[in-house]
Amino acid sequence: MGFDNLIGGTIWDEYSQKVQDLMNNPRNMGEITEEEAEAMGAKLIVADFGAESCGDAVRLYWAVDPKTDVILDSKFKSFGCGTAIASSDTMAELCKGKTVDEAVKITNIDVEKAMRDDPDTPAVPPQKMHCSVMAYDVIKKAAAQYKGVDMDSFEEDVIVCECARVSLSTLREVIRLNDLTTIEQITDYTKAGAFCKSCIKPGGHEEREIYLVDLLEEYEKEKMAKAADASASGSDLPFKEMTIVQKIKAVDKVIDDNIRQMLIMDGGDMEVLDIKENGEHIDIYIRYLGACSGCAASSTGTLFAIENVLKEKLDPNIRVLPI
Amino acid sequence: MRVYLDNNATTMVDPDVMREMEPFFVEKYGNPNSLHAFASQTHPALKVAMEKIYAVINAPKSGWVLMRTCTTESNNWVLKSIYLEEILTGKKNHIVVSEVEHPSVLATAKYIESMGCKVSYLPVNSEGIVEAERLREVITDKTALVSVMWANNETGAIFPVEEMAQIAAEYGAKFHTDAVQAVGKIPIDVQDFEPDYLTFSAHKFHGPKGVGALYIKKGSELTPLLHGGSQMGGLRSGTLNVPGIVGMGKAMEIAADALDFEMVEVKELRDMLEDALLEIPDTFVVTPRNKRTANTLLIAFRGVEGEAMLWDLNRAGIAASTGSACASEDLEANTVMEAIGAAEDLAHTAIRFSLSRFTTEEEIEYTIDATKKAVERLRSISSSYAYAPKGHESGLEARH
Repeated sequence: MGFDNLIGGTIWDEYSQKVQDLMNNPRNMGEITEEEAEAMGAKLIVADFGAESCGDAVRLYWAVDPKTDVILDSKFKSFGCGTAIASSDTMAELCKGKTVDEAVKITNIDVEKAMRDDPDTPAVPPQKMHCSVMAYDVIKKAAAQYKGVDMDSFEEDVIVCECARVSLSTLREVIRLNDLTTIEQITDYTKAGAFCKSCIKPGGHEEREIYLVDLLEEYEKEKMAKAADASASGSDLPFKEMTIVQKIKAVDKVIDDNIRQMLIMDGGDMEVLDIKENGEHIDIYIRYLGACSGCAASSTGTLFAIENVLKEKLDPNIRVLPI
Repeated sequence: MRVYLDNNATTMVDPDVMREMEPFFVEKYGNPNSLHAFASQTHPALKVAMEKIYAVINAPKSGWVLMRTCTTESNNWVLKSIYLEEILTGKKNHIVVSEVEHPSVLATAKYIESMGCKVSYLPVNSEGIVEAERLREVITDKTALVSVMWANNETGAIFPVEEMAQIAAEYGAKFHTDAVQAVGKIPIDVQDFEPDYLTFSAHKFHGPKGVGALYIKKGSELTPLLHGGSQMGGLRSGTLNVPGIVGMGKAMEIAADALDFEMVEVKELRDMLEDALLEIPDTFVVTPRNKRTANTLLIAFRGVEGEAMLWDLNRAGIAASTGSACASEDLEANTVMEAIGAAEDLAHTAIRFSLSRFTTEEEIEYTIDATKKAVERLRSISSSYAYAPKGHESGLEARH
């Protein structure tokens, strides 16, 4: 980080040669008119995305064969910087010859990869990645128009980071599995937030519905709630130091987890009446319910089972006294 | 051809300035605050340089002109020291800046605001100018500082600092003006309207980078930002940048002599460029010519995104800007265009050409030709001028 951030580099140095060439001579720049589409026997689709006031905008023209859904020709017009023009051009190129359903599957990452000079070097610097997102969005818009559906119907999951296409469910899972607590960690694990940075927190280049800081906060709250639960049950404390309420809860939990099921299967149950310290002993007073009361084993085998598991799980000085 | 029209970002060092600086690197390199001949041999030139700097802004000898690294440092010092002395101590609770200040003022004001100080941001009018009346609406007797630039870096708009300094004085507030875009472009006389603080940098008028100055009126001294040795009367510690100060002195002297040339000849070239570019349809200039510095032109070409325009100009060998160079790496719209409330679709289309006394007529002719070609090419690509079939409802305002 340190050294690389000292001198403001020019972002243009990070454009691939392909991006530069496309900026200088876009191949698919232009329009398709209704007459031209008609001459091809095709349906003309014109889709817009973005706005000049936001710094980038694109209009996509498709001539689609209504019998086969194949995109016969694809052209664009774009208001934007060099990478926006190059991305729009590449997107238009990738659409050609595909069916509308195939075109919808083109992502911004496909567009960016197609502009690389070599497969391992990104075609544009991170902060320009969002330009390719616009190219991807306009395809969905065109497809939605052609099919007469809403463009959101093409998105299966909520995408939090559009540049790296990382979904909400992926992020939630990765954060929890790896116990991530910082934005840097999320970026390292998923690449979300590595590019235009709009998804990190409000106030970036683009407004988002959900930000990475929200997801961290959500996980942090979840962890705090769990910790609060744990301290309410006193599970971190030695049994002797618990309050009476915590002790009864702890005993109930051990009974629930180990014993109660068996008692209920036999048509009985038990309840904890009181817990008292008696010299070095901790006496737990219980009452048998249902079939248990009066059962012979309730003062022998069952009682030992209850006492042993409580001794093991909570405190070796426990005695269980049925009343 | 290579044409440099980004002189509001920085300038070429005048070869005469460089010659003046040269002996102070290898030959006369002593620390002026030491006690030996190597030190004292720097003194005459430093004294001459300081005298020139005082003379050009007509600073009284009782006042301070502290040599510093840059205007960013000076601006930070003024705002932060006022915060430490007047706000943190509870004497005052408020400062005023304009919303089109350079980031070195604006970001510092935001920082101070985050520490609990009230900050008012003065708006600009549709000509990109901060009106003095706006200051009257917000200033109180609890206002510690008013900081408004003299000339705007992006539009060149000249602000009514004399009037604002007077209003500040009425309320017992200190007045600071960032004059980095004014020195060398318009006459400066600190005894004319008595600002408490005035900041500027050598590299904006053909001096070296890394040397700037902060003028402080007698009686308005600030707590040092850098504690250390006793250089500059203890107000600004750190070994004196001897070649830098010598260079700044020379650069100021030349700039003062060239002021008429700047305001007549440079203006002629700028007007020539402006007239020719305004012949392009759908082209806009915000601040009227007579209300801005003579070398600056901020012009918007509808439908042509700023960075794309810089790309085409750069291919033609021309250096221009979309705004403040400090902001060129981020992707936001031009702040002045946004503050003016220019038609929203123009916010990303502003290009700044800033000339200098070294700009030639031939360079301007070439730039006019190259700019027209770039606008034509980029508009042919632009969605703003794109065909739409009958009945197509434009969706190009959909986002945000």
